[in-house]
Amino acid sequence: MTNQETNGQETHDTSSQKGDIKQYISFNVGQELYAVEITTVREIKGWIPTTSLPNSPDYMRGVINMRGVIVPVFDLRTRFNRGHTEPGKSHVVIIVKLGERTIGILVDAVSDILTIPQEDILSVPDKDVNPEYAFMEGLVSVEDKMVAIIKPRMLFDINLIPDLDAAAA
Amino acid sequence: MSDPMEQFKVIFFDECTDLLTSLEEGLMQLQAGDCDEEVVHSVFRAVHSIKGGAGAFGFDRLVAFAHIQETLLDDIRSGALEMDPAYMTVLLQAYDILSELVGAAQRGEEVADELGDDVAKAMKAILDQTGVPLAEKSTAATPKEPDTDVDTGSVEKNTRIFKISFKPYEELFQRANEPILLIKELGTLGDLTVKLNVSDVPDIEEMEAEHAYFSWEFRLITEYDEAAIREVFEFVEDDCDLLITDHGVYLSPEAFVEDAQAGLFEDIEDEPDALKPQKTAKAVKPGEAVVSQSIRVELDKVDTLVNMVGELVITQAMLREQGGELLVEQYPNLVQGIEDLSRHIRDLQDCVMAIRAQPVKSVFSRMPRLVRELTATLGKKARLVMSGEETEVDKTVTERIGDPLMHMIRNSVDHGLEMPDVRAKAGKNEEGIINLSAFHRGGRIFIEIEDDGAGINKAVVLEKAIANGLVSPDANLSDEEINNLIFMPGFSTAKSVTNVSGRGVGMDVVRKNIQSLGGRISIRSEEGKGSRFTMSLPLTLAVMDGMVVDIGSEKYVLPLVNIIQTLRPGKEDVNSLPDGRNVMMFRGEYILLVPLYDLYDIDDAIQNPCEGLVVVVEGDGGVLMGFIVDDLVNQQQVVIKSLESNYALVEGVSGATILGNGRVSLIVDISTIQDMSANQLREFQSASPETRKISPQAQISAEIH
Repeated sequence: MTNQETNGQETHDTSSQKGDIKQYISFNVGQELYAVEITTVREIKGWIPTTSLPNSPDYMRGVINMRGVIVPVFDLRTRFNRGHTEPGKSHVVIIVKLGERTIGILVDAVSDILTIPQEDILSVPDKDVNPEYAFMEGLVSVEDKMVAIIKPRMLFDINLIPDLDAAAA
Repeated sequence: MSDPMEQFKVIFFDECTDLLTSLEEGLMQLQAGDCDEEVVHSVFRAVHSIKGGAGAFGFDRLVAFAHIQETLLDDIRSGALEMDPAYMTVLLQAYDILSELVGAAQRGEEVADELGDDVAKAMKAILDQTGVPLAEKSTAATPKEPDTDVDTGSVEKNTRIFKISFKPYEELFQRANEPILLIKELGTLGDLTVKLNVSDVPDIEEMEAEHAYFSWEFRLITEYDEAAIREVFEFVEDDCDLLITDHGVYLSPEAFVEDAQAGLFEDIEDEPDALKPQKTAKAVKPGEAVVSQSIRVELDKVDTLVNMVGELVITQAMLREQGGELLVEQYPNLVQGIEDLSRHIRDLQDCVMAIRAQPVKSVFSRMPRLVRELTATLGKKARLVMSGEETEVDKTVTERIGDPLMHMIRNSVDHGLEMPDVRAKAGKNEEGIINLSAFHRGGRIFIEIEDDGAGINKAVVLEKAIANGLVSPDANLSDEEINNLIFMPGFSTAKSVTNVSGRGVGMDVVRKNIQSLGGRISIRSEEGKGSRFTMSLPLTLAVMDGMVVDIGSEKYVLPLVNIIQTLRPGKEDVNSLPDGRNVMMFRGEYILLVPLYDLYDIDDAIQNPCEGLVVVVEGDGGVLMGFIVDDLVNQQQVVIKSLESNYALVEGVSGATILGNGRVSLIVDISTIQDMSANQLREFQSASPETRKISPQAQISAEIH
């Protein structure tokens, strides 16, 4: 049974070959636009106060209760070293499923749903020499604005979300 | 998943677990000298059933081993072999091997070829003494029936047993085939037992002369492989239902007799379509005609239920919180309803938790053998007395308490009990007694291990601790503190490292394990008289009673069981140590004040204990500490949620819970707080005087004085 499930995921992942079209949800952090694959997104929630966890990295904003499940929320702005988000009513948390784990990403606002043919995704300059960019899947130009497609699993401490890439590979 | 055989395998292994348990229980009874015929029978049946089931799934190694064991037990059962204490050791070892083989089969692992060889040899040696000629037995028990053609030819060793079901279609004869030729051909391959099934033969009026109505069951003991058997049926394959199953290695004549009687052919007697998988699985538990009063439920389902009840508890807490604001006069029924709901939910929760509860017997029953083996290895004499085996605890607790318990028993025998001659000199009975007991008290379960050995030699312990740098040479420790040193990491008093007790990774690991279960362990020891370890464990790991406290803007939950008292100290009660930490006088002792706001990095909390509150809690080893909090909120039952499932382990926090308002609140992990607080001290000590920061606590005490 487990095999079948993983097979299902694999088929899903291999669909990112050339000629395929995938959908993404794009969102703002400040002036920048980022996007994550729509299939990983479980829910988009308005900001609710979190319970902060002691002794955690500064981009870890604490945990929230999502229908009885404790979900950690990460601040994307802090993760990109652009300061601390002061969340208000307009801020949203994108709940994404990474393998077995569910996490929330705090962003300024959701922008759009993008349908992007895979061949339109351009590579990130210097990605290979700069390991910090490992979380960038690629860049895409939408209405003359650059959107960075990110892989959340590479963004937040790998130790905290282990083996996800291995599992997806 | 859709493979029915897989499902039956699952059932088989489930039953094996039960059978192994009853097997061990039986062996324990036998060992205790209770040679009741019924006990011997039950032991025999357990092995027999495991063998039968294993055969159905082709676990050859398992069948082969179980067979020898079964034969030995059968001889004991029939009285051919007088029960002898010496056999017990062999039988117990055989039980170990059998469990291992079952486990390996379940995991689909290969086992080392030589595994169990020595035990098998030992059993064979016992069997050889019986003097009952094996052949005699076999012929005596061979079933003689009119329809059965038994051909007992000579059989080579290491041959295999095949069970073949041959059911020709009605058209068989029309294709010019003759079953008798096939059967004769089959007979040339080896030792063939034939059983004719005439249940399909219709009334004479309806009978078609050219139709085939008979079907056959064969048991073939042969050196040939399955392909050779198939070859025999080559020409009729399309005209019949043919099922060939491998029943493993053929061992000796009695095996066949037993199988013929109780295993392989048993279901054929009354079930014409016995070879369908369902029936094969059924053969695993012969004689279970009684309607069972229990059902087997997957643990996942129970866990889902537990989770849902957890959600209910949270919703209920929320309703009660909101309902508290309602005026009773205005909504009498609503308020009453909420009250009723709360009560029902609590009852429901108890019921659900009871489903997960298991008697500790499943863990305790492993201990007598451990003691036996240890005493044999160490040359000591010991008797294990158990009580309260029926005490029920959560399944998770029984699963995880086994290792720590074994370790402690091992310690008691290895370090606690003296050698027989030493005991005799001390005026004690040569045979040491270890009491293992379990009981409920105050919503927790207690497990006690008590020995009447030498007790903890405090001088040796202290010396060792000083040598290992665990305490400073001039430390002045109370007896209790010295006893608790054995729980320190890297502590072992064994003069030589034996393979019985480990290398000082002992008691601290035991303590960690117990703590991870939300439990505590304490020790009481008197030199020359013995030691007593007491473990106190929560009944369930899903829910606990907690005290919600405010620390700044955050709410934390303290486990209620650890709380001794809450008080607001006066200025004169709080003093500071040279290292900057504060202490408070409590019940005639100075206890350390732990600044939770500092450890949890909360900056808007009350830091002065005289303005907030001090919750006195009992940490590991009965150490009292005072936690500084802002205020108490309320006392409530909380559902424990994991932080690790979506995030990671957070130091100082054992988990999270959801309060009535839907907010997440963290549960304070008292034992890690204890460690964190000790580490703070170490950091302080290692820092040079110039770089020492004045800690907030030090400032407070400066203010106070």
